[in-house]
Amino acid sequence: MSEPFIKIENLSYLYEDDSVDNSPALEGLSLEITKGEFVAVLGHNGSGKSTLAKLLNMILTPTKGKIIIDGKDITSEALSDDDVLSLRRTVGMVFQNPDNQLVATIVEDDVAFGLENLGIPSDEIRRRVDEALSDFGMLEYAKHEPHRLSGGQKQRVAIAGVMAMRPECVIFDESTAMLDPLGRKEVLDSILKLNREKQVTVIMITHYMDEAALADRIVVLNDGKMLIDGTPSEVFEKERMLLDAGLAIPQCTELVHRLRDSGIVLDGDCVDLDDCVELIANSIKII
Amino acid sequence: MSGISFGQYYPARSLLHRLDPRIKIILTLLYIICSFMCKNIISYALLLFSAIILVIIGRVPVRIILKGLKGVLFILLFTAVLNIFWTTGDSLLWQWKFISIYAEGLYAALFIMIRISVLIIGTGMLLTYTTTPIALTNAIEDLLSPLKKLHVPVHSFAMMMTIALRFIPTLSEECERIMTAQKARGADFSSGGLIQRAKALIPVLIPLFVSAFNRAGDLATAMECRCYNGGEGRTRMNVRHLRFVDFIPLIVIIAFGAGLITLNILGIGYTA
Ligand SMILES: Nc1ncnc2c1ncn2[C@@H]1O[C@H](COP(=O)(O)OP(=O)(O)O)[C@@H](O)[C@H]1O
Ligand SMILES: [Mg+2]
Repeated sequence: MSEPFIKIENLSYLYEDDSVDNSPALEGLSLEITKGEFVAVLGHNGSGKSTLAKLLNMILTPTKGKIIIDGKDITSEALSDDDVLSLRRTVGMVFQNPDNQLVATIVEDDVAFGLENLGIPSDEIRRRVDEALSDFGMLEYAKHEPHRLSGGQKQRVAIAGVMAMRPECVIFDESTAMLDPLGRKEVLDSILKLNREKQVTVIMITHYMDEAALADRIVVLNDGKMLIDGTPSEVFEKERMLLDAGLAIPQCTELVHRLRDSGIVLDGDCVDLDDCVELIANSIKII
Repeated sequence: MSGISFGQYYPARSLLHRLDPRIKIILTLLYIICSFMCKNIISYALLLFSAIILVIIGRVPVRIILKGLKGVLFILLFTAVLNIFWTTGDSLLWQWKFISIYAEGLYAALFIMIRISVLIIGTGMLLTYTTTPIALTNAIEDLLSPLKKLHVPVHSFAMMMTIALRFIPTLSEECERIMTAQKARGADFSSGGLIQRAKALIPVLIPLFVSAFNRAGDLATAMECRCYNGGEGRTRMNVRHLRFVDFIPLIVIIAFGAGLITLNILGIGYTA
């Protein structure tokens, strides 16, 4: 494997105005993410997930440590405004609240917003906007007002807006947290699509276990520190640690664990419902 | 609150929708001037007629127009009543104690009602119903762009307007939600005197403001993430080039204004 796409070394961040308790939001975090990877970041509220996202996007500057993205040290002092823009173009971000990230009053204008900021010629903007909208199934809503769309649709517009800028990595900061099950599915499908089909590196912050199970790899944060880093099945094995970090494993994994505890032999990993069904079916067949 | 349809874009395919927003802004200004040049009954009739024509060309349903007028119904009636009772003249129609109504008063009331309605319908048809707010904002930015040389932050103002327009529906929905929540807790917004009602609104306004500030913070971060750094070097998806046909409406409205002036000079019909 060549150089990792994102390399985080000993990263710490302390909010200056955090007068309540002076513990840093992130402490000594080291992490490497390769190109095209789909990483889920798990952690309870206040564990520093959003802080990490904002550091990766240069909304915040680290108190300590280093972040290297695509071979460029984004924490170095000698960064120009153009470097910042080019970083934000490389690493896009989709936020939690769909209402608070759409700028324009018409869907297609919103998708165009980032491209307009970059000073791209109008006909190219038009092309990319239409492409991004149709990629995420929002072309028929191009002329709609965002506030009339469902939560899932708004998030898809936000994703299209980010994807129109052709980023290499997209960070989703609990982008499904405010959605209903249908909206969540729409957004998850879009996330999977951009990872699988467009080979975009995805960092998905979430506290839904079943969502994290979709990723190639899960990073668990607890109080600003790295707790576990591994594949979904490796992470879900560590039930005790997850519970201590205020997280629960997916219900189906828990079911399999309990069955095993009561003496039933179930061979294999279980990270989602399909696995669970298969494991139990297999064990019934054996009997 | 959800009834604030006045000033909301109505998507349709029409000549007015297609017209260049910059031209539409100038047209609106000229139309407003025209409405103030009306002096006699025929010119007011023409003005009303022109508004109806605009509605027809713009293909906006009458229902939407009426909804917009409903918002100013109180002002309409109030000014009408004021004019009826306070205008004096030569032809007394009716008198009772200290109240006297003159024909001039009735005319004045009619005229003011026509003028206000036409202003609302006209600006609605020429701008808000037929132009997306973003196109409108861009057009204002274009028209004011000479001021950039004087270091007037035209782009920032345009951006502020866009965002305000974008968040009006969101915040009004939120306001409704908070009001419902407070009502469920026993808040009463509809009885008591003015001061009491204003006080009842405080528990609505405070959470609304807090949320608006939170949203503003989120939005600023989101805009930054999407490479926004002021107006410098920005391009636009929709660039419009003025063609000759775009200027035809300007010629029409100037002719209309000239017609109104001629009517004033001729003085046919009742003149205020
Ligand atoms: N703007 C801020 N100012 C001060 N403290 C903050 C701010 N944002 C977050 N924090 C604190 O930093 C910690 C991590 O927050 P955050 O990264 O938002 O967590 P998460 O996204 O995992 O819920 C929390 O303890 C929170 O209170
Ligand atoms: Mg967060």
